[in-house]
Amino acid sequence: MNLLTVSGSPHVYTEESVSKIMYGVLFSLIPAALVSFYFFGLAAIMVTLTAIVSCMFFEFIIQKYLIKGPVTIFDGSAVITGALLAFIVPASLPLWMVVIGSLVSIGMAKMTFGGLGKNIFNPALVGRVFLMISFPVEMNMYPKPTSFSTQLTDIITGPTPLAVVKEGVAQGEKVSDLLPEVPEYVSLLMGNMGGSVGEISALAILLGGIYMLIRKIITWEIPASYLGSVMILAGILWMIDPEVYVDPLFHLITGGLMLGAIYMATDMVTSPMSRWGMIVYGIGCGFLTIVIRIFGAYPEGVAFAILIMNAFVPLINRGFKPKRFGEEVKNG
Amino acid sequence: MKTFKLGGVHPPENKLSQSAAIEVLPLPETVTIPLSQHLGVPANPVVKKGDSVKAGQLIAKGEAFISANIHSSVSGTVQKIDDVVDTSGYRKKAIVIKVEGDIWEDGIDLSKDLVKDISLSPQEIVSRVNEKGIVGMGGATFPSHVKLMVPQGKTADVLIINGVECEPYLTSDHRLMLEKAEEMLVGIQIQMKALNVDRAIIGVENNKPDAIDHLMKLIPEYPGISVEPLKVKYPQGGEKQLIKALVNREVPSGKLPIEVGCVVHNVGTSFAVYEAVQKNKPLVERVVTVTGKGVKEPSNFVARIGTPIANLIEAAGGIPENTGKVINGGPMMGKALSDINAPVTKGTSGILLFPQAETSRKPVHNCIRCGRCASICPMGLEPYLLAVLASHKRFDDCETEKVMDCIECGSCLYICPSGRPLLDQIRVGKNETGKMIRLRNR
Repeated sequence: MNLLTVSGSPHVYTEESVSKIMYGVLFSLIPAALVSFYFFGLAAIMVTLTAIVSCMFFEFIIQKYLIKGPVTIFDGSAVITGALLAFIVPASLPLWMVVIGSLVSIGMAKMTFGGLGKNIFNPALVGRVFLMISFPVEMNMYPKPTSFSTQLTDIITGPTPLAVVKEGVAQGEKVSDLLPEVPEYVSLLMGNMGGSVGEISALAILLGGIYMLIRKIITWEIPASYLGSVMILAGILWMIDPEVYVDPLFHLITGGLMLGAIYMATDMVTSPMSRWGMIVYGIGCGFLTIVIRIFGAYPEGVAFAILIMNAFVPLINRGFKPKRFGEEVKNG
Repeated sequence: MKTFKLGGVHPPENKLSQSAAIEVLPLPETVTIPLSQHLGVPANPVVKKGDSVKAGQLIAKGEAFISANIHSSVSGTVQKIDDVVDTSGYRKKAIVIKVEGDIWEDGIDLSKDLVKDISLSPQEIVSRVNEKGIVGMGGATFPSHVKLMVPQGKTADVLIINGVECEPYLTSDHRLMLEKAEEMLVGIQIQMKALNVDRAIIGVENNKPDAIDHLMKLIPEYPGISVEPLKVKYPQGGEKQLIKALVNREVPSGKLPIEVGCVVHNVGTSFAVYEAVQKNKPLVERVVTVTGKGVKEPSNFVARIGTPIANLIEAAGGIPENTGKVINGGPMMGKALSDINAPVTKGTSGILLFPQAETSRKPVHNCIRCGRCASICPMGLEPYLLAVLASHKRFDDCETEKVMDCIECGSCLYICPSGRPLLDQIRVGKNETGKMIRLRNR
């Protein structure tokens, strides 16, 4: 007989693993990717592939030659950072800028903190914000959606629906006059608008979100509280003056909100652990998004809102503990 | 259908031996009866080398308040009283008896006749249960008579009978509920009388519909006893979880069930109480499940206390070639054995054999802060945090974060996608924090 293994209980473990979770997230991104490849064509594919490959490359270089530790580029986390980074930059962004964004995401936001699970800020969002500050011109030119374009240069660009409304209102125009300038809501929902590679179709992202909910990769708290608080805040403002403040549905289906609420804010590493913590965090994200979108300098506030709330996560984890068993005695 | 609210997991049930009727295991050549088979102070031997003993004879006396008597499970000659490796893996004192025939102590009723009338008074019941060495048979082995004595100033209003058997693989309680239901029900009545309560609830998970049906048919004859099917969820057999599921009361942190008017006993214990009170029979044998995917005939045996575990495995078709781990108990809370010659004790509910391929843990990765451990913890703790605090020796913080509430159910380590040794680190934290608290209170 073999020697017997002795180890502490339990002796059975779930089938779930880090890479299964990561590839689950990746799988759920397929609908959003297909929509973006349809509307932005070859350029979107190139940006996505470049981001994924360079994220894996930089993680490999850092782990192998700087840290001299185990190389974990196939655990799926670098692939997701790459894919998500690509999804939040314009498809027309020069590829060398995508490479720089990847270096910042992996090198600065992830590996300096100690790699997977240790980072405070969402790596993809850090990469995007770095690019936005460094290359404001290229990061604010969004290609117009066509279908199956193979063009890589001289792409026609224009402002996003959010930017159209924000600038119009700033110049004293009425919302009702501005809305005809952007595509109809059904069209927006499908993703037929200017925007970053993967953020355009709220419907496709929602589909991925439902898959992740069913697979229990994410829970409902963060997306629901985030989207809910955006709807409520935007709704209050809209009721105050619908000609200055655009309606909540518009906020919901434009810009990066859906992608942010379902993929960025729910990033396990950088979001709170307890249910109430998640809800508070989601509300914080929603509040900041609306404040930046309506009162800030940028038309879009999702990236900043989530990054700011990321910084509050350790505090939220301290303040919002799960309900302990037997904490308050309720008998009956 | 009822269940507890906070946390919980669903490991694969794998109840392979659920339809195997209880068989009597042949007597071994020698039995090894440890002096510490219960929670509390070990018993003191009252026999010496060379003495001849009968089955059911007292061989070691539990003299402290929390201790239990130990009786010989066989007739024969005491070979030695020596240190042996028991199921905990440590060397502990035990009485080794060479088996000669099967002669029982006088006054023990070995017939199968059901005795329904309870003639003993509550005080007599408690002292009988004490005398006969009955301990909690669900695995914790807390001396039962202590639980039947309600402390001054407290009252019990409901007796809860644990027939949950939430551990995967194990079926000994299931079979007992099917085959010894009436004895068990009388045992419950005896405990109700001792505690002076008029209500008892048997909690059974609904993966045992045959046991639920069987009990439902019998209970009309036993006033005050009800059966409650429960939704399957681990660790429902935990005392605090079961109370929450059945009567929706929460035992406060650091307190015992009596605080909320409940006393919890296992179905196996109830059967043992019946035998002690109605048949004058001490706790010298118990039902043990022998199971595992490679086991030829997953079985349930009645084995005498002290029988080498190897004998049980042999009776279930022998040890499979590729066995890599033998577990005393279920896969969630059982202990891995280093030696299969360790004896069956009062707390041995099952022997589980795992093939080599299933023995190792998952590779350990960084914590990805997914929060699953916190969301499934049935005590509402944060295992990821406790594990980090414990490994940094921050035991003051461990205490504030309620490490002492951990019931060591293993759900956190089970669920962790990164394969982190959460419970291992929490156990260290619990140990050290407990030491710290005891020092402070001295």
